[in-house]
This record gives sequence, structure tokens and C-alpha cells, in this order.
Amino acid sequence: MHDGGKILAGLIVFLGLMTFPFWYNVGSAAYKSPELQLPPKSKATKCVESAEWMKGEHMQLLDHWRDYVVRDGNRVYTSREYGSHFEMSLQKTCMECHETKEKFCDRCHNAAAVDPYCWDCHIAPKEGK
Amino acid sequence: MKQTRRNFLKMAGAAAAAAAVAPASKALASYLPHYIHVEPNHDALQAKRWGMVIDTRKFHGHEDFKPLIEACHKYHNVPDISGKKEIKWLWTDHFHAVFPSAGTHMEYLSHDVEEREYLLMCNQCKNPPCVRVCPTKATYQREDGIVIMDMHRCIGCRFCMAACPYGSRSFNFQDPRPFIAEQNTKYPTRMKGVVEKCNFCAERLAEGLMPACVEASNGKLVFGDLEDPDSDVRHALAENFTIRRKPELGTGPSVFYII
Repeated sequence: MHDGGKILAGLIVFLGLMTFPFWYNVGSAAYKSPELQLPPKSKATKCVESAEWMKGEHMQLLDHWRDYVVRDGNRVYTSREYGSHFEMSLQKTCMECHETKEKFCDRCHNAAAVDPYCWDCHIAPKEGK
Repeated sequence: MKQTRRNFLKMAGAAAAAAAVAPASKALASYLPHYIHVEPNHDALQAKRWGMVIDTRKFHGHEDFKPLIEACHKYHNVPDISGKKEIKWLWTDHFHAVFPSAGTHMEYLSHDVEEREYLLMCNQCKNPPCVRVCPTKATYQREDGIVIMDMHRCIGCRFCMAACPYGSRSFNFQDPRPFIAEQNTKYPTRMKGVVEKCNFCAERLAEGLMPACVEASNGKLVFGDLEDPDSDVRHALAENFTIRRKPELGTGPSVFYII
């Protein structure tokens, strides 16, 4: 090994940089799911599907809804969980119960560092009603 | 079974294919509901080809158009901007701007007809050039003839604006929100960088309502199914002489003007 020292030093620097995120975060608090403000019980006690399913799949659901409504002209959704009917509308259905975007949508989206562009056009409910 | 190279390769291939498909189908199954059932609103108004007849004789001066334009622009959150960045769904102009070809062939035209203002909007063409040029299919034609935009897909290339011979389309050069006096929370706004136009109130038809301008017009506009011989529009067309804008272009406008 002619350049053993250099190689070893290089490896150590490389490993140090690679594992930086791990030892940098040692001791800091673990990720906690943000607390969301759910709709008041007077408005609704359940979402269009089960809360657990919505948590994981609401983005696909909304994506499909917009195609059903805009492209196909179908506006009524039948919940597969409850069998009840809902108008597929972000502003008229979702945000009718979820009165606050900041304390519901944004809390998770900010924590997960995602920035959906729904609200560039869709009107969010007025905060602090 | 004798283990040959051939058999081994077959099995290996099958196993690899199964391994590739399994997670994909699992992911699919976890989303797809057991059934997805969607349907149109039962109150929705339906037609084979929506059309409009505008009785221009019943409008006397600009004041008569105002309630219609206001109703439309308020409902659809159309910003109030003047100048080159203007956004318009519904607007007016004079005879020679509206019917340029008709104007050039006419001598000694009635003063009244020449001076009158005419209500303008997207003509909801039967053969819409804007649909042909749209590279993302953001603008498309529905089965009921309405030429509509999927704002989620518009990339703001403005080909449609170049293609439209009627100037029915406006581009959002800036964020329109500061220019909207009062937001209608039932309808979205637009964002900077997209094109917009009249949509024959497709969202109101879906709720069983007539378009906002028709509702505000007190019978000066007639709206209905052009392919139903018994509809109000067809009666209006049968009983009156009507013209359309630039028919020689072959776009087949669905908006007719009683002169």
C-alpha cells in the first residue's frame, strides 16, 4: 500500500460526511405528528372515508375527484366506506367541514415539507371564523 | 424434473416477474376502493349541444349589459383589471368589430344596427380551433358541446389565444386575486400564468341552474339545446333572423344573434 495513509484518511472523511445527518441529529427529539384541528362535532363526525384511509390516500382521492368532475362531469361520489353521497368539491365539501386550512392542511404539509398548489386557485376558508 | 439450463432460466424469469409485479399490485390494491362509484348530479341540466340566442334588439345602451357582465364576473371570480392585462368572460363591442365580414358587405346599413353594442363571450364552437392547438388538452370539448378548460392542466402557452378568432380568451399576466373585490367561495379563482374564458356556466348547469348571464338577462338571452327541435333556442332561431360571428371560418359558433 503506497498511499495507504491518504486512502484511509479519505475514507474517514467520506464516512464522516455520509453519516453526518445521523450524528448531527443525535439527541434531538424524534418526529412527532402535528396535532390537527378536526372539524367541530356539530359539522361532521366522520370524513367521506375512514380517517385512517384519508390520512394516507387523500392526495390520490383529490386527484381522482378533480378528473371525475372536470373531465367527466361526474360530481357525486359514493363513499365506499359508508355508502353516503358527497359532492366532489374541495371548496364546497372538504373545506365546508374543515374550516381551517392553517390548522388542518398546513400543519401536516409544513411538517412534511410538501407544498401542494391547490390554494393558488382554490379559495381557502377565512381563518378565525 | 430434470434441471436443465433452459428450465432454470424459465423459472428465474418467472420469479423475477412475480417479484416485480407483487409490490405494484399490492400498492394498487391498497388504494383502489372495492368499487368507485361516481355519477352526475341528478338535477343537472343536460343537452346534446348547448347554445345561446342573444336578442340584440332588447338591449338599449351599455347599462343593459352591466347586470349580466357583473353576474358572470362576480360568480366566476373574474378580476377587474383595465388596460392590456384585462380579463374578460363577458364583454361588449360594436357592430364592425363583432361582425367584421358582414359589415364590409353591407352598404347603407341601418344606423341602429351599426351603433348598437353586442354582447360577446366564448362562442362554444362546434369545431373549436382552441381545442386543436392546446398541447396539454387543458382546453377540450365536452360531449354537450361546451368548450371548457381544465385549469389544472393549463401551462399558459397561449396557443389557444392565437387560435381563437373571437378574442374570447384572456391571459393572467399577474396574480388575479388582488383585483377581485369579493370572492365567491363556491368557485375557484385563477392563478398567474393561465388562460381563462367563459365556460357556459358548466358548473351551474351541473347544479340544474341556468348560466348566470341568462338568469340576469330577464329573457333577453335564450339558452338551451340546439339539437332539440322543441327547445327554446330552436324556437327563437326558427322565429327570428339570426347571424353568427365570422361563420366563414367554419368554427360553427353556438352563440346566435337576433339582429
